[in-house]
This record gives sequence, structure tokens and C-alpha cells, in this order.
Amino acid sequence: MNGEPARPARPAPILSVRELRVAIPVAGAWRPAVDGVSFDLFPGEGLAVVGESGCGKSLLARALLGLAPEGAEVTGSLRLRGRELCGAGEDGWSGVRGSDMSLVFQEPAAALDPVLTIGAQLVEAIRLHAPVGRRAAAALARDRLAEVAFADPDRVFAEHPHRLSGGERQRAFIAIALAADPAILVADEPTAALDVTVAAQVLELLDRLRRDRGLSLVLITHDMGIVAQRTDRTIVMYAGRVAEEAPTRDLFQTPRHPYARGLLRSLPRLRESGPPGRRFEAIPGVVPDLSERRAGACAFAPRCPERFALCDRRAPDLYPAGGSLARCFLYAPEILAAAAILTERGSSADAVPAP
Amino acid sequence: MTAASSAPFPADDPLFAATDLVKRYRRRGTRKDFSAVDGVSFSIARGETLGLVGESGSGKTTTGRIVARLEDPTRGAMRLEGEDWLALTGPALRRRRRDVQVVFQDPQTSLNPRMRVGAQVAEPLRIQRLAAGREVGERVAALFADVGLPPQAAGRLPAELSGGQRQRVAIARALATRPKLLVCDEPVSALDVSIAAQIVNLFLDLRDRHGLSYLFISHDLAVVERIADRIAVMYLGRIVEEGPAQQVVARPLHPYTVALLSAVPDPDARAPRPPAAVSRPPALTTPADWSGCAFAPRCPSARPRCTENAPDLFALAPEQTAACFFPGELAPPAI
Repeated sequence: MNGEPARPARPAPILSVRELRVAIPVAGAWRPAVDGVSFDLFPGEGLAVVGESGCGKSLLARALLGLAPEGAEVTGSLRLRGRELCGAGEDGWSGVRGSDMSLVFQEPAAALDPVLTIGAQLVEAIRLHAPVGRRAAAALARDRLAEVAFADPDRVFAEHPHRLSGGERQRAFIAIALAADPAILVADEPTAALDVTVAAQVLELLDRLRRDRGLSLVLITHDMGIVAQRTDRTIVMYAGRVAEEAPTRDLFQTPRHPYARGLLRSLPRLRESGPPGRRFEAIPGVVPDLSERRAGACAFAPRCPERFALCDRRAPDLYPAGGSLARCFLYAPEILAAAAILTERGSSADAVPAP
Repeated sequence: MTAASSAPFPADDPLFAATDLVKRYRRRGTRKDFSAVDGVSFSIARGETLGLVGESGSGKTTTGRIVARLEDPTRGAMRLEGEDWLALTGPALRRRRRDVQVVFQDPQTSLNPRMRVGAQVAEPLRIQRLAAGREVGERVAALFADVGLPPQAAGRLPAELSGGQRQRVAIARALATRPKLLVCDEPVSALDVSIAAQIVNLFLDLRDRHGLSYLFISHDLAVVERIADRIAVMYLGRIVEEGPAQQVVARPLHPYTVALLSAVPDPDARAPRPPAAVSRPPALTTPADWSGCAFAPRCPSARPRCTENAPDLFALAPEQTAACFFPGELAPPAI
């Protein structure tokens, strides 16, 4: 299904994900929180995964590193440089994490060892993956801390995690994740807890690593401003599935899926014209709960301004839409063909919404 | 309503005024004090929204907690409808608290996880003795409708609601006492984009419906520009710029405001803007012997003068003030 839009010859993907499903038990039934996600990640690429709480993006991030929660059932295919990792077991994963792929998420308190100094944890992470001496590793560790915008790497190096502020802990976590120079960084809201000027510096660093070292970045975020500025391609998730996959520029210029359109319209923007106090264009309703998701229907239909009868009767596939892919019947070939016939006959074109 | 004050409060006086608030803390493990809030003054008119922006460590949350009397300032004065807000203690304070309520960032931590949310909204009604018996249920139902929650949500536990619904519960709870001033500390920062838009719209609706005033604390300038009438920008405990919201965003005068605006990721931009004017990360405090402008060490416009004296807030444009010797030198980011 993953019909990559035509683009100039590229190197082979470093990571290929196909029909990845993560099912978790809810009230005695398996519910797919991530439901058939496919994509390729190329060297040096910045891929954004966006969506709202409950869309499955954080679970997807963890599944990409074989860290889905205990009791979850992960199926599908996950190939790193051609090597299948899905179902590889801890042995298969242990050499991958840290050196090939690293994960950064939002609760650094859970990721850092409370009894070790930041410096000790960095040195350990560096020496685990590279044959360097303790002193060289310590020097490298200080460089890493400076890279994540610490003005005083020496102080942070000697501190225990609890002595740092939340934002400092987050940056220390990023430094540790990057310590062994991984090829892929999966970053789940890496800057959500940071102040804007500090967040900007961390994002600059990630840009630089992509440019200089060919780091591939999977950036999971709900911040569309960051997506627009820092990524090449975007996957918009809704209710566990890919709603739209598009080159980031195309997504912002011509969002195809009604959910993507609504999401972009609801964004606060600086200096928009209009009277003060006017309302935001919010998408009505909420993301359906895992247990409330309907099989055999479009998950977004209940909130969709463009829904029509079919949306409640069948689940749409991902259809090509310009250079993008959209999971919406507005782009289904059979609907487009029917719309064309109706238009030709001169009968009311309103019968089918125009894509 | 109790007859708290005998003299009627003049309608055109500000609802709330803070003068020269200072809050000093002792730095952990040291004997050194530092000022989290360092001489902050502002006022909020009836029905007005003051947006308080700044990064962590700017003192904006502490300021909000002082305004809500969750914390007392080391120094300074506050007036609520002309009355000395800091002089109130005990039962008088408890009674008056109904006029100033707070909505926090994360309803997950501000709500009791084991109590049904209907009961949590009813709680302030009982504590403040604003309703009894059947009236309580009716008021809770009206509050749920006011914040856009379905009535059946009252029987749920916080964990059974979505993040947006939980924040609506927290807002209903804050509204239960019919406050005049709502202190909102990052009330939409933990929410998803489409839900944050819903909640900001709710704040705007509630202001129109009830004539509420807000102290709206946020790091998100795009949201604050939309909801606030005026914006005050804080840096290391001080207000460095204040003025009408759209004017401050369109024509920032303080270099720090320019830096904040430059750092806002712009969803319509093709590429990141040139890195923010400030390159160095913020220090949490300035050295004790520093007599210059607190922002000078990060400021691209800094001159020798800036390291010698700290500028006061100067009136520089109609209704706009900035604490800078060289205001308006940096061009605001093009949008």
C-alpha cells in the first residue's frame, strides 16, 4: 500500500516499516492502538509523525525501538537496513538501541538513573558503543552537553538528575541519547517541556546532526510549527492509522485529509488579521477512545465536515492525492470516477462532494 | 453574596492592582537568596485579560500564585476591588477567595483522581456555602453546561475523561464560586492543538458571558496575542515590556520580546527563521554583584551602559513600556 510518491533516486531506506500493529488489551479485547502503519525512513531525513493524544504516535515511537509496553502485541515488519527486527527478541534489539537507534521521550525523570551523575551516565553511554578511554569519553560528554545548549557543561556533568530543572533534565536526556552517535533518533515531543528559545537551540542541534552526520530523525510532535520548519515529510495519524502522508511542504500548502485541514486551521498563528478575541477554528468533538473505535467505518467521520454516507459504512484505504497519500474517500478512484460521470451527465455535481 | 465592603467600588478603577511585588527564595543548599519576582507592578481592569508571557524562571508562575494568594510576596501590595488583598487572613480571606480562582496547566494533577468530577465541581459550592441540598446538583449541571461538558460526565472519574474534558472540569470548578478574576497558568499547554483551540474559545466565551477578567499566563505568544488585551513580558523576575497585545507582537520594543517572537515556530514558514537573536541560553539568575540590565548578557543590542545600570520601564509608545536603553533597535521577525 505504501505507494511512495515518485522522487529522484534515493538511497535505500535505513528503516522500513510495514503494516505495523500494536494491540493492547482493553477490557479483555485486543485493541489496535497502532493499526497498520507503513513508512520508509531515509538517511538524513526528517520525518514528522503528528497527531493528537490517543492517535498512537507515542506507542508507535516505542514500538520502533522494540519498547512497546509489556502485554502489547506487536506485529508487522520493522526492517533496519534490511534486517527484520519485529519479533527479534531482546537479543536482537540489544545491539540496536543506542548505537543504531535512540529514543528520546518526554518524561526524562523515568529515563535517567537517579543515583548516577549526568556525566557518569553520558560516559557509560559513550563507552558502551565506542572503544574510548574514560578521560576521552568525559571530554566527549562535556561536548555533548554543550551541544544541547548548556552554558555550563561542567556543572551539569557533575550533577545528579534531581538537581536539574525539568528543561535541563530533558536536554541531558537528549545528550545521552545522542552520545553514541546513533543513525536514527526517534524523538517523542523532545522539546515540549522546554522554553521556546531553548527548544529552538535543541532543534537547531538536531538539524545540524542531520546535515553533518546524516542522522535520520523521526520527530513525534503535536507542534505543527516545528513540523513545518524542521522536517521533510509528515505522517498525520488519527485513531491509530495514517490519515495522510505527504511531503511537509505539500501538507502545509494543500492538506488533503479533512482532519489535516482542520488541524492546520485550528493552529494559533502570530499576527493574523482580524478583530481581537475572535475564536479559533477548532475541530469539534474528541478523538474516539480505543474502545469506541468503529471497525468498517472512517474513524474521523463523526467529526468530519465532509462526511457522506459511505464514510460510515466502509473504512477508507490510503489513496494517492497529488504527491500525498490520504485515507479519505474523497480521493478514492471509484468515488472520483463516479463524480466525473455525474459531472459529465450534467446532473447535480453536489451529489458527491468535490474533492 | 455577602456584604463584605460597605463603600461601593468605583466601576472604572482596576479590578486588581499589584504594586512592586517581590518574592525572594533561598536557593537550595545555599545561603543565597534570589528574587523569583523582583518589583512587578500591573493592573487588570474588569473584563480585561492580561497575558503574562516569559520562559521558565521568568517568575510568571510565582506571580500568578501570589495574585491568587497561594503564596505571599516578600514585599509589595495588592488591591482587589480597592480592598487590600494582602491584609485579608483567616475566614475573611477564605470568603474572598471565591473572587479569585485558578486554573492550572495540568488538570491531571489538580483534580482528585479518586473523586467523581461532579463532586469535585460541587466541592467549592459546599465549602463556600454557596449552595445546599438540591441546589448543588442544579448548580453543578449549569456549570457543566457552561463549560461544554455533557451532564453524564459528572459521574466519571478524571481518568475516564479526555485531557480536554478534564481541563473543562477544572474550569467548571474554578467558575463554581462565580469569580471575578481567573488566574490561568498555562491552561492549554498540555492539550492537543485542536483541543487547545476549543479551550481558548471557551475562555473567550466565558469572558463574554460572565465579564470575567483573566491573568493568562502562557509561553505561547500566538495564543496570548489572541486572547489578551494587554501583554506583559517577564524576564528573570521583572516585567521588561508591557503594552496592548497586538501592538507588542507587531512592534516589540524590548530585545527579549523580539527573541521570544523569533523563537515561535511559524507553521507557514518554509524554513526556520534565522536563529533567534539570542544565542546564549538563559542564566537562571544574574550574579549578585550585577548592576546592569538582566538581559544584557544575552542581548545583541547591549552596550557598555547596559552592563552598568538596569533600565526602568520607560513609556515608549502609546500605552507601551519597555525596560531598555535602546528599545526598538532589533527588527521584529518578519511573519
